[in-house]
Amino acid sequence: MFNKDRWSEIIEALNANKFRTFLTAFGVFWGIFIFVVLLALTNGLKNGVMSDFGDFATNSMFMWTQGTSKPYKGLPKGRYFNYKLDDVAALKSEIPNLKYVSPRNQLGGFQGANNVIRGTKTGAFEIYGDYPEYIKQQPMDILQGRFVSYSDINSKRKVCVIGTDVIKSLYDKDEEVLGSYVKINGVNFMVVGTFKMSNSQGDNEQDANTIYIPFTTFGQAFNRGDRVGWMAITAVDGVPITSIKQQVFDLMKSRHTVAPDDDRAIGHWDLSEQFARMNGLFIILTVVGYFVGALVLMSGIIGISNIMLIVVKERTKEIGVRRALGASPWTIKGQILQESLILTILSGMVGISFSAFVIWVLNYLLDMSGPVDSFANPSVSMTVVFTALIILVVSGLLAGLIPANSATKMKPVDALRIE
Amino acid sequence: MIQIKDLHKSYHMGSNSLHVLKGINFEVKEGELVSIMGSSGSGKSTLLNILGMLDEADTGQYILDGFPIKNLNEKVAAKYRNEFLGFIFQSFNLINYKSALDNVALPLYYQNIKRKERIEKAEHYLEKVGLAQWSHHLPSELSGGQKQRVAIARALASDPKVLLADEPTGALDTKTSYEVMELIQGINDEGKTILVVTHENDIANMTKRIVNLKDGVIIDDSTVEQVRASQYV
Repeated sequence: MFNKDRWSEIIEALNANKFRTFLTAFGVFWGIFIFVVLLALTNGLKNGVMSDFGDFATNSMFMWTQGTSKPYKGLPKGRYFNYKLDDVAALKSEIPNLKYVSPRNQLGGFQGANNVIRGTKTGAFEIYGDYPEYIKQQPMDILQGRFVSYSDINSKRKVCVIGTDVIKSLYDKDEEVLGSYVKINGVNFMVVGTFKMSNSQGDNEQDANTIYIPFTTFGQAFNRGDRVGWMAITAVDGVPITSIKQQVFDLMKSRHTVAPDDDRAIGHWDLSEQFARMNGLFIILTVVGYFVGALVLMSGIIGISNIMLIVVKERTKEIGVRRALGASPWTIKGQILQESLILTILSGMVGISFSAFVIWVLNYLLDMSGPVDSFANPSVSMTVVFTALIILVVSGLLAGLIPANSATKMKPVDALRIE
Repeated sequence: MIQIKDLHKSYHMGSNSLHVLKGINFEVKEGELVSIMGSSGSGKSTLLNILGMLDEADTGQYILDGFPIKNLNEKVAAKYRNEFLGFIFQSFNLINYKSALDNVALPLYYQNIKRKERIEKAEHYLEKVGLAQWSHHLPSELSGGQKQRVAIARALASDPKVLLADEPTGALDTKTSYEVMELIQGINDEGKTILVVTHENDIANMTKRIVNLKDGVIIDDSTVEQVRASQYV
């Protein structure tokens, strides 16, 4: 069926009216172009927004304490309480579905005063007391040395891991960082590692302005004891943190004598819920992209169908002659179908190539101008390209179907009579 | 070669019914050159269309070289048309974006013959009608007589049992008409069965037998003394 003669027949037929062929093809070209670019832009928006989330383990939540809002068991409302390290141990032992429970403490922060001194240089940084698990929740690239370890925790070593911006403001160029000392709130810490956030989207500055020290050291050095500022809790894969967070709250409430229905005593931020909400939004956006793109594509396809109908009408007599010469209905139909298919696929391929080029230019411009808020790396997966191709093939066939049928509907004797 | 018994055909247009063929009986033997004559509306074109399987009779029998032609589906009809019949039309009906050679090769294409063989055969038939040097010209670059010769070459290309010519000289001047008739006579001399529909007496007289149709019945069927077209050319 797909022999050389058929091809030359089709090329002859398409060449017979070049301008019309071009205009028809343009409809499909434009349709597939919009389709692919729309999905790429959606993807770019998604990439941008998702990277704003950072690469913190998404199945996580943060949990802190707020004042109680109800009196309970003789305790007044408005009472403040703190998590302790044994709460962490209790969570780990009583709720097996929790993967990591990291207690955290913080010093300094947004627009804080200078709190770190090294020689004559000073800086205002965020100081966190952390457990070694934390690096598994918040991935970061250790550039030199190591992160906080359990032996640091156990022996309460005064060591710290510092971010790249800390190095920039406290050290001269090419100065050896590992093994040097920085003075945090008057306490000397030895630098054992440096890090940079793996996620390099826009606001990494704040992350790199950070110093990590062992949680236990933090408690002792800065008079926090075993109090826990807040916890970063990650559930095991496959169990959404949203589904088990209530267990966590209940356990905390009973351990701290908080009324079971006092929801304001425990504050939390559910990353997984937010993430799922964002994901849902982008699924909707993608569906809209597919829908709109497919509709634009469809108008192109209808153009092809239309023009094929005209072609068939114009060539009614020729088709009659061919049938008198022995062309079977299927030969005629096959040719019309193949013609529409080739027109669709060819113009579609050009459309895909052109959209790929436009996406490339877009990426190039983004690279040139640096990161843009909420937009990054517009791209489409091979799945989208294949979907587009399948749509093209199917719609090319559909576009040819009606004209092909109308081509052979007429009796040859009537077709021959047409002038 | 052709046997027709009691052939009826009527056309329905709304509530009106037009009885075009009212019981045609005739036979054509192999190698005959028959002209079908009649005024317009006599049913001669309808008869030719039925013989050509482009149209179907309502009742009656049509046997072509031993094959009964009845209730054929389009696929089989197309196959029969391709193998048994060659058509020559009044308006030539060449495909205008194909060269003379490709036009002649078209019936062979539908027989799934390989391109090389097709071209060879087509060249052979173009040479036979004296247009070998015009093989790569488009129909628009040929004169009326040349176009009809290409059409005759095309009709011959699949080596059919019967040639059906519907007013083959209707669009040509007298001189060219005679040239085309000379060609048709030559082909008949080689043994091909040919049916020619015409309303011109001089053309009819160049065949060997004249069938006269009037109002859907054969009123006269007689052999005639063939006038050779070559004497006029």
